[in-house]
Amino acid sequence: MTISSLLETPSELTDAVSSKTAIVLMTRIRLARNLAGFSFPGWAKAPQREEILAKCRGAVASTVPMKRCFNVAIGELSELERQVLVERHLISRELSGAKGGAGVIISKDQSFSVMLNEEDHLRIQVLRAGFNLKKAWNSINDLDSALEDHLDFAFSPTLGYLTACPTNLGTGMRASAMMHLPALVISSQMEKVVRAVNQLGMVVRGLFGEGSDASGSIFQISNQTTLGESEEEILKRLGSVLQSIVEHEVNARAKLLEADARKLFDKIGRAYGILQNSHLLSSSEAMNLLSLIRLGVDLGAFADGNRAVVDRLFIEAQPGHLQYAQKGEFEPGQRDTLRAQRLRAEFANFPRPDFTFNDPEKN
Amino acid sequence: MANPLKCDLCSKPATVHLTQIVNNKVHKVDLCEACAQAKGVTDPSGFSLADLLLKASLNPEPAAAGVRCEQCGFTQNDFKKLGRFGCPACYDTFRGVLEPMLENMHSGTQHSGKVPTRALERKSLYDRLTKLELDLSEAIKSERYEDAARTRDEINQVKQAFNQQPAR
Repeated sequence: MTISSLLETPSELTDAVSSKTAIVLMTRIRLARNLAGFSFPGWAKAPQREEILAKCRGAVASTVPMKRCFNVAIGELSELERQVLVERHLISRELSGAKGGAGVIISKDQSFSVMLNEEDHLRIQVLRAGFNLKKAWNSINDLDSALEDHLDFAFSPTLGYLTACPTNLGTGMRASAMMHLPALVISSQMEKVVRAVNQLGMVVRGLFGEGSDASGSIFQISNQTTLGESEEEILKRLGSVLQSIVEHEVNARAKLLEADARKLFDKIGRAYGILQNSHLLSSSEAMNLLSLIRLGVDLGAFADGNRAVVDRLFIEAQPGHLQYAQKGEFEPGQRDTLRAQRLRAEFANFPRPDFTFNDPEKN
Repeated sequence: MANPLKCDLCSKPATVHLTQIVNNKVHKVDLCEACAQAKGVTDPSGFSLADLLLKASLNPEPAAAGVRCEQCGFTQNDFKKLGRFGCPACYDTFRGVLEPMLENMHSGTQHSGKVPTRALERKSLYDRLTKLELDLSEAIKSERYEDAARTRDEINQVKQAFNQQPAR
């Protein structure tokens, strides 16, 4: 499979149509695995990295979910292609900057990806639209078990799966949810939420993980610890934290409407106007405007089906995707023009917001 | 092509080669650029090869600091620098340093999650087979033919079990 056919195939992330994705956009689980008897990627010498890569590529490609997969060494991808995969959350920034002996295998529907020789020999990832920890765990657990038939994983009965960094030791599992929390941001409650979530042993990050900002009011919440609890226990704990964040966001939305609905409608209406008419849009401004449209969909100002459009644009307004679509590289200034152009076109036929849902009689 | 010399401290390719004669004895040291810098070798004003040799070989410091992973050559200093280990065996080598860290880092220190059962079964069968094959050749060497026959039967049984495992 080539990268262009991969990106043109409908994917879990860009084409999910479900009202279940309202606040939790997607659920992700990754497992860190290493081969027994080999140095970890950061310490292995070049020939050994190549040996590990070849071994794992063969094993991963032979599993059922990876039938007709996209299977490349990182060196075979252009910088822009790598950036597109980062923006789709299919590879990490670290892998995209890898020099040699690294690779990635991505399933046809982009729900599975396995990074090879990132920080660990294998980083197995599954991505599901909406709030779906259980389904995500079941499918990644199956893939992991299938790989066991071909690869001897480094494992200790007391410490569990052995990973390059001791912070991933044990289950090697990091589960996360990407959440859209505009009302908590507008009402300045995020700081409080982050603190509470940290106290519960979970971590909050921006859209693209460590160190990224939370433009578009999108946050990633994941478990911090990997040793001492089973996968199911960790997922249960994370699930209940996510559930309570969802409730806080729902409450915050209700409060915003109650306190001054006009203020909120004004924000949404202006966002709509700018998206239809602007000629220069930075990535983070675009994200914030799209976030307001998405909030509008959730509230009922736009038809439900438009949420999928916004979610696709969240991805396609990213610098890599914009340039990839234009088949060329552009300076940030030119990109802002391209982005505005793209969004003007998308929003030309986007129905106007209808705020009558907030009629006092209906409430 | 000849193997390039490796750094005596970290096993990266060595680019700095030093010879010193101390007390009528010749000492040679090969270092990579980073280690040479770190040890002050490139500093012309003060550098003692003897110190370096002492540290590299005799290790005057108490136990842990000089420990090196037998499998991959990783040292505790590497861990301090990188925050990651060199290979799975490092977890055994550096157990002493690791254990107190884990208590702060995780919610427990004992794994209670998934176990790669099939891979572990495969490994135990493989280990058993290796041991039996050794037994067999020893039995033959010392002409204990009854033992040899019994061991061969056992080997066949293990091989059969091995073949029932999924293909590798």
